[in-house]
Amino acid sequence: MPGLKQSGKSIYNWFEHRLKFEGPVMDAALHPVPSRTASWFYVFGSAAFTLLFFQVITGVLLALVYAPTAGHAWNSLNIINHQVELGWYIRALHGWGSNFMVAIVLIHMCQVFLFGAHKYPRELTWIVGVFLLLMTLGMAFTGQVMRFDQDAYWGLGIGASIMSRVPWVGGDLVHLMLGGPIIAGATFSRFFDLHVFIIPGALILFALVHVWMVLKLGINDWPMPGRLVHRATYLDEYHELTHKDGIPFIPGAFWRDLVFSGAVIAAVAVCAFVYGPFGPGGQPDPAIIQTVPKPDFFFLWIYAILAYLPPSMETPFMLIAPIIGIAALLAVPFVAGEGEKSWHRRPVAILMVSSLAIGWGALTNLGETTPWSPHMNAWSGDPLPVRFLRHATPLERQGAVIFQDKQCRNCHSIGGSGGERGPALDDVATRMTPDDLRFKVVTGGGNMPAYGKNLSPPEIEALVSFLETLHPANEAPAVDAAQQRIEKSEALKGRDFSPAAGTPK
Amino acid sequence: MNHDEHASENPAGTAVAAPQDPAVVSRRWLLLNASIALNGLVGVILAVPVLGFLLSPTRRGARYRSWISLGSLDAFPTGQTRLAYYKNPYTRDWDGQTDNTACYVRRVAEKQVQVFAVNCAHLGCPVRWFPESQLFMCPCHGGVYYADGERASGPPERGLFTYEWKIAGDQLHIYAGQMPTLSNSAKLVQIQTGKGDRSCQG
Repeated sequence: MPGLKQSGKSIYNWFEHRLKFEGPVMDAALHPVPSRTASWFYVFGSAAFTLLFFQVITGVLLALVYAPTAGHAWNSLNIINHQVELGWYIRALHGWGSNFMVAIVLIHMCQVFLFGAHKYPRELTWIVGVFLLLMTLGMAFTGQVMRFDQDAYWGLGIGASIMSRVPWVGGDLVHLMLGGPIIAGATFSRFFDLHVFIIPGALILFALVHVWMVLKLGINDWPMPGRLVHRATYLDEYHELTHKDGIPFIPGAFWRDLVFSGAVIAAVAVCAFVYGPFGPGGQPDPAIIQTVPKPDFFFLWIYAILAYLPPSMETPFMLIAPIIGIAALLAVPFVAGEGEKSWHRRPVAILMVSSLAIGWGALTNLGETTPWSPHMNAWSGDPLPVRFLRHATPLERQGAVIFQDKQCRNCHSIGGSGGERGPALDDVATRMTPDDLRFKVVTGGGNMPAYGKNLSPPEIEALVSFLETLHPANEAPAVDAAQQRIEKSEALKGRDFSPAAGTPK
Repeated sequence: MNHDEHASENPAGTAVAAPQDPAVVSRRWLLLNASIALNGLVGVILAVPVLGFLLSPTRRGARYRSWISLGSLDAFPTGQTRLAYYKNPYTRDWDGQTDNTACYVRRVAEKQVQVFAVNCAHLGCPVRWFPESQLFMCPCHGGVYYADGERASGPPERGLFTYEWKIAGDQLHIYAGQMPTLSNSAKLVQIQTGKGDRSCQG
């Protein structure tokens, strides 16, 4: 045994004599870090780095079988899922790894922002980090394209439609993005190029620069309320902190990184095993129009924003908002490069992170439920509950048939089922008089199409008489006070309604 | 120029070179600058074909489109709107199914049709036709269009995209080959308020 150890040592020395790695590696491993930073809050960056390489490895594995052409990608994914031994599991690992990576990168970003890590001298580390976030999202989007199912196809269509709104060069940009006139072979190939060569290459390079700066500038010290960052004094203070109250990075701080990274990879492995791979969904045949395209989870918020923007604001928003958003992120260290680091004394920072998080959560939730989309099958798939028709007259029943048949249900729910684009109509009669209903049906308005040309007058009468029955038993339908008064006075027989007689009292 | 920058950026380097004969040093720098210039020249010359290759999809504009038959006009009964399919004229072997394209044909009269792209004018999702209510509805963000393609409600800024068409013999032809978007199909239209009452006006 000692002989083996001896020969191992000599092999190591042979390599080390030529590679000269020991010096820089030991420097990196043993550089002192402030003792407070050996904390569970400081583990997200290393986990994101680990996930990056996890994604590279699982991606390389998938590329052993995946056929990267528009004509074969979808088929080959199905073969990986169903025919290649454990192919489904490698796909699931790559898909879940992607979700975890986006999530961890976002958490990492919130953490470093709240800990003031973007302040002097780590401004560039933050800026490189912003590009890392953008590239991670770029990988997530191009990864969705690699799945090349219906969602991927129509997602590309959405991308092209946004591109086309750029003034002057929009048409050229669309052709550049698609590699031709339509979403086809060249489109897929260039997104494959982005997903497999261009973005990962840049991502690895930027990630290494990011880590390099963390090693050279030192990990951000634990923010203490009242310990302000000044350009003139910070470096000396940090040096003192690391040398008076510092510990070597390995093992004191590093073991937590290892534990967390291991736990994250284990979580990916478990999710992949339990939930399996993502898709692919329907085949990428644009002639199949019975589809409800939806982006992946991390882009649902954009999908929701695009539904709620007023039409007139849409193009400026789509083109300007991303630029402003990215510029704002890049500007953070220049606007707040000095001063207080602790979140205890940075209410604006807390407010920004929490409102962004709440806004993102709300939009993502809306993107999950898509209340703005008509339910395409509600008119034929969701029958009207019988209780609405129990005492209905033939005319009202006819109105109910029209209500179903004319796709009103696609946007209006009744009895808890149907679309949510328009208001639920369970008690519409308490809000609208027959004249209101008639007017609304004929002229539409807001988000409702005008049905005046699509319904005959008898159909409208039948529909309105049905809608009139939609009120709770103990709540009377709405009435037009003025009309009621006229009807009442008309009922007083013998009165003279001629103009000469004056206004009836 | 490069020489100066290097000298000012790298004082240590000049300090090492200092003991040498200044004439020799400047000749070395001259050679270095010349070799950088040579590489720059090669780079610029190579950039031309590389850029030409990269930008090639943008330069084909009109050539992407051509007249394609949608089949016999008899397949589209008067007064109805039906889905039609065609294969995109500009295609490659490895396009798979992506060159299958759908469009809506609305036969208005004997010799009068409208041909709509399936792509919503908002963000290009495929709209669905509902003959009962005579509406097109988009599954993505809820854009709705009337039978004549005009915008009814929702986020789209304009009506459905239309194809140019002609009738040759008994065949219906359309001029197609490019994904319809706002940049190549039509200008944006300003949405007027009160569009909803158009049916009353006429």
